[in-house]
Amino acid sequence: MGTLQTLYVVEEWCKGCGICVTFCPKKVLEIKDDKVAIKDLKACIQCGQCELRCPDYAIYLGGQ
Amino acid sequence: MPSQLVDKYYRTESLPHIWCPGCGNGIVTRAIVKAIDNLGLNQDDVCIVSGIGCSSRASGYLDFNTIHTTHGRALAFATGIKFANPKLHVIVITGDGDCVAIGGNHLIHTARRNIDITTIVFNNNIYGMTGGQYSPTTPTGDRGTTAPYGNIDANFDLCNLAKAAGATYVSRATVFGANMIIKQVENGIKNKGFSFIETITICPTYYGRKNKKGDSVDMITDLKEIAVNKVSYEKLSEEQRKGKIIVGELYKGKRPEYVEEYNRMVESF
Ligand SMILES: Cc1ncc(C[n+]2csc(CCOP(=O)(O)OP(=O)(O)O)c2C)c(N)n1
Ligand code: SF4
Ligand code: SF4
Ligand code: SF4
Repeated sequence: MGTLQTLYVVEEWCKGCGICVTFCPKKVLEIKDDKVAIKDLKACIQCGQCELRCPDYAIYLGGQ
Repeated sequence: MPSQLVDKYYRTESLPHIWCPGCGNGIVTRAIVKAIDNLGLNQDDVCIVSGIGCSSRASGYLDFNTIHTTHGRALAFATGIKFANPKLHVIVITGDGDCVAIGGNHLIHTARRNIDITTIVFNNNIYGMTGGQYSPTTPTGDRGTTAPYGNIDANFDLCNLAKAAGATYVSRATVFGANMIIKQVENGIKNKGFSFIETITICPTYYGRKNKKGDSVDMITDLKEIAVNKVSYEKLSEEQRKGKIIVGELYKGKRPEYVEEYNRMVESF
């Protein structure tokens, strides 16, 4: 459950560029209806690569 | 709800920003903010100065002392600010057009003075804001609105330019390697002198489209492939070096800092 609570999406800010989806090493994310969507949260290793390169601050790892 | 980092350092009421989907400007801006956070600087002790351009709009989204100045003149304003209040960490955000086309003279003389300012160039190889005119960093042969058959000018190597002009910290990183940008901005701020950090970013809307580089994901993937560190670059053959860019900390020097020298002169009377 720890992992479940740490990945956040700010849907209104997402512009659907797909950068986070491509560079996520664990294929956790996908684009659905032009927005990022979490496809496989269990696979997330909390590496923060998505947050690092999201140009719109629309995905991030938060506190517990 | 935004992340803690964004909540603390951005004027979140002005988000989402106006940059195009997949524009690299947001990535570089976050890296700068993250570096400031890592250094633990007080927001009131930081002044962000920008010129005019898509990239220069970053200052408006950030919650520090900020000033959005005129095209090409960010370094001139920054020099005045640093003189008036030497305790401020003065950070300049500028585009390739802003910094080395109209602002090129300011760049060389600010570097020559080695004044304690950290400059981060958002190099997207084009004028984004005004519709894709070619810039001094558009690679020879590439296209822009004003170079429909390909640019015949030689492009500047910004880091070589800054080093030759007298900067005492010079580095380069790409938006693929955003962690490298964070580290470099930290070290640039720590350097007591003129620091120049070239970030290679992407403008999918103009540079990408004019040059058939694909979408933002394709462009960042390209950056991942062409960026090499100095040591690896030196091992490559002439042929293999084509199209590659050298990333990393490229130069560190030590020279007297301008405001300190000025104050020393004043105190001598
Ligand atoms: C004195 C002056 N000349 C020209 C312009 C028009 N102008 C605005 S932004 C810009 C170039 C922007 O390119 P760059 O600095 O590379 O920033 P980018 O938009 O690509 O981030 C130009 C020529 C201006 N605003 N002021
Ligand atoms: S934190 Fe890492 S593994 Fe998790 S979604 Fe982001 S990029 Fe993928
Ligand atoms: S990188 Fe950001 S803006 Fe782009 S799809 Fe992912 S969450 Fe959305
Ligand atoms: S025009 Fe280019 S630089 Fe300007 S916001 Fe769009 S993608 Fe970014």
